[in-house]
Amino acid sequence: MSWTSRAVVLMALVLSLSPFASAGGELRFALPFEPKTLAPNLATDDASETVQYLTGGVLIRVNRKTQQLRSELAESWKTAPDGKSITFQLRQGVHFSDGTPFTAQDVVHTFRLMMDPERQSPLADSFRTGDGQVQATADGPSTVTVRFPAAVAGVERLFDGVAIESAQSPLKGKAVLGPFVLAERRAGAFLVLKRNPNYWKKDNDGNALPYLDAIRIEIQSNPELESMRFRRGQFHLMSMIEPSQFDRLARAPGIEAVDVGASLDMEILWFNQVPKAPIEEYKKAWFHSREFRRAISEAINRDDLCRVVYRGHAVPGLGPISPANRFWRDAKLKPQAYAPESARSRLARVGFKSDGDLLRDSAGHPVEFSVITNAGNRAREKMAVLIQEDLRKIGIKLNVVPLDFHSLLERITRNFNYESCLLGFSNVDLDPNAQMNVWLSSAHQHPWNPAQERPATPWEAEIDRLMLAQASANNPEERKKHFDRVQEIVRREEPVLYLVHKNVLVGYSKKLGNVEPSILRPHVYWNVEYLTLDGQ
Amino acid sequence: MTWKRGIALGVLASIFGLAMCANLVAPYPYEKQFRDSVLAPPSAAFPLGTDDLGRDRLSRLIYGTRVSLLLAPAAALLTTLFAGAFGLLAGYLGGAWEWGGKAVTDLFLSLPWLFLLLMVRAMLPLNASPEASLVITFALLGLLGWAVSARLVASAARGLKDSEFVLQARALGQPSWRLLIRHALPNLRPVLAAQFWLAVPVFLLTEANLGFLGLGVAEPLPSWGSLLRELEDFAAVRENPLLLAPAVLLVIVLSCLHIAARGKEQWS
Repeated sequence: MSWTSRAVVLMALVLSLSPFASAGGELRFALPFEPKTLAPNLATDDASETVQYLTGGVLIRVNRKTQQLRSELAESWKTAPDGKSITFQLRQGVHFSDGTPFTAQDVVHTFRLMMDPERQSPLADSFRTGDGQVQATADGPSTVTVRFPAAVAGVERLFDGVAIESAQSPLKGKAVLGPFVLAERRAGAFLVLKRNPNYWKKDNDGNALPYLDAIRIEIQSNPELESMRFRRGQFHLMSMIEPSQFDRLARAPGIEAVDVGASLDMEILWFNQVPKAPIEEYKKAWFHSREFRRAISEAINRDDLCRVVYRGHAVPGLGPISPANRFWRDAKLKPQAYAPESARSRLARVGFKSDGDLLRDSAGHPVEFSVITNAGNRAREKMAVLIQEDLRKIGIKLNVVPLDFHSLLERITRNFNYESCLLGFSNVDLDPNAQMNVWLSSAHQHPWNPAQERPATPWEAEIDRLMLAQASANNPEERKKHFDRVQEIVRREEPVLYLVHKNVLVGYSKKLGNVEPSILRPHVYWNVEYLTLDGQ
Repeated sequence: MTWKRGIALGVLASIFGLAMCANLVAPYPYEKQFRDSVLAPPSAAFPLGTDDLGRDRLSRLIYGTRVSLLLAPAAALLTTLFAGAFGLLAGYLGGAWEWGGKAVTDLFLSLPWLFLLLMVRAMLPLNASPEASLVITFALLGLLGWAVSARLVASAARGLKDSEFVLQARALGQPSWRLLIRHALPNLRPVLAAQFWLAVPVFLLTEANLGFLGLGVAEPLPSWGSLLRELEDFAAVRENPLLLAPAVLLVIVLSCLHIAARGKEQWS
């Protein structure tokens, strides 16, 4: 063997032992639906957000593991003391996927597009805080200031969702700053993302990221088929595993199934308190009674909901903030214990009387009401049947009515022809500002009595005041103090009964390296640039 | 009566009889939850195991059979009565009656059944008891499913109109209503019977489909439709083939009804 040949073999050996050797390969997973849009900052559905997460470059990223902010395209940032502006110092020497340089003008251009009312970007509303325009101005080639008409508390986190678009590239939105770039798309079938050759990030050893060559996302709406293909090794990961499938997947060879813990989502039940609702007046009186709502809450066995419906992969509901949200949860609050005896005596104190197996109110009406939920959601239907049985034990008859989702929305948002509703809240943001649309009495998604002209009760007025106070305060500790108080009022008044927080259940192939599952979305591939595939 | 038809009717009678005595033969009430025995495998206490809410599958199957076997024939009877009345009038009287009848049946045939059922179910009062919602569901099926049968009956009635015995009766001066009731209707009986037997399995399957969508019979009342929802998880079926029990029973009943209906056609 010549010296040249020996040198080539040696070099190949050295390369095969370096971390870079594990680079490459195509990561494959499925999404249940086709992305509705591939345009940056217009995503309203999970599939579109996934593609944007994998391809878009952002100024600041929320680290899904630590829940802390980390710098990305912005090397540093500073929020003004009055909270009305934020200044970014941008990273230099960064290029878009087509080679166009990244400058402050791109950030300005992105904000101009995003705040354009005609584009109807869902992100724009989060930045609009008062009358006036949100404006981004370049203070130099690598300095940008974004100004808001009013202070936005926790504004930094909002930038996690803003993908920077190029002002100069002829490819416009197709030129990206994220780790991957869209290479191929067949509608209804798949998308292929290729490694961005100009991605700016490098690992600790100076190797270019991402490690993976490509990502293939298949559209697979049937979770059973997705699970089967995952078990067969055709997919490398599953992000939202049903509890019924989890134990089966955990037993499958070559698969790591992980219960990451409580998610930010919650399953809730509320009573209709809309004054003009077309339901009997005596029922409205029950639903307006705090003691009635608290009695129902005590009569529900949340441990059984977690154990039976979610097979142990859920935790009893705490309140508006999941235990997964480390900073914002009120540590003083504990889950409501199952206490049917206490529920009976609470009801007796406000005039309800037992009549054999039935409970009657002070006017003699039998206590019977219905709960609507969305048909086809097996977990909710099962929860409703368990609650039906729990309430039967204290003499209350509950009629479970699954409705198709459109009919259900019609009833809870337009004609208010319902008595109680069992539904879920999905939270993607840790910050309570994301819940403004739920807690303000004037909000259209205020579940039990939406769009009030004036707060109907003193405690709703107090929640309004506290929510606005936390939204305008800059000090996180002060904000938390206000929001803790909101959580305590909600717990005392129970306009919404928090049932369970379901856990995030994920699975991934043991071939996949550097996976650190998180309760925040995207649960498995949030650190996609560091993921590796064995055998590549 | 053929021997096959005899066996089919015998099996149907046995299943029907067993289902009618559900209170006596089912080991537990259908709604009783054994929350510490969720998804228990088959055992002496639970011969078919328990469902995902800890309810005895055998008890629910027996009660569910009663529900489905009582109400599907009732809905079929309703549909047959509608189809008989409508088809007889349209076919026998002809002219504007026939034209109008055709238009109405065309309208009913073009309606998207499933969406119509979803819509009507959504408009029902929310506090209807499970029993009431059950009756309403099957009544809806009966009221919406008569159009195909009506066309067949109309066609048969049209053929009768010019038959010799009807002409003779008309020549004797008998009024139209008497011709319809005394002469046409008895001769349509075989067609109506066949339509009845064919409608029963159709309604059983429709209710099962509604059950799959979560819009069939209200919980906790079981029906074949709600029981068949457990088959959605086919990995679970592989682990516990006894989950197929309601599907097997459905196939047996449908086969028996088919044999009975065919036998009835041949016999008549």
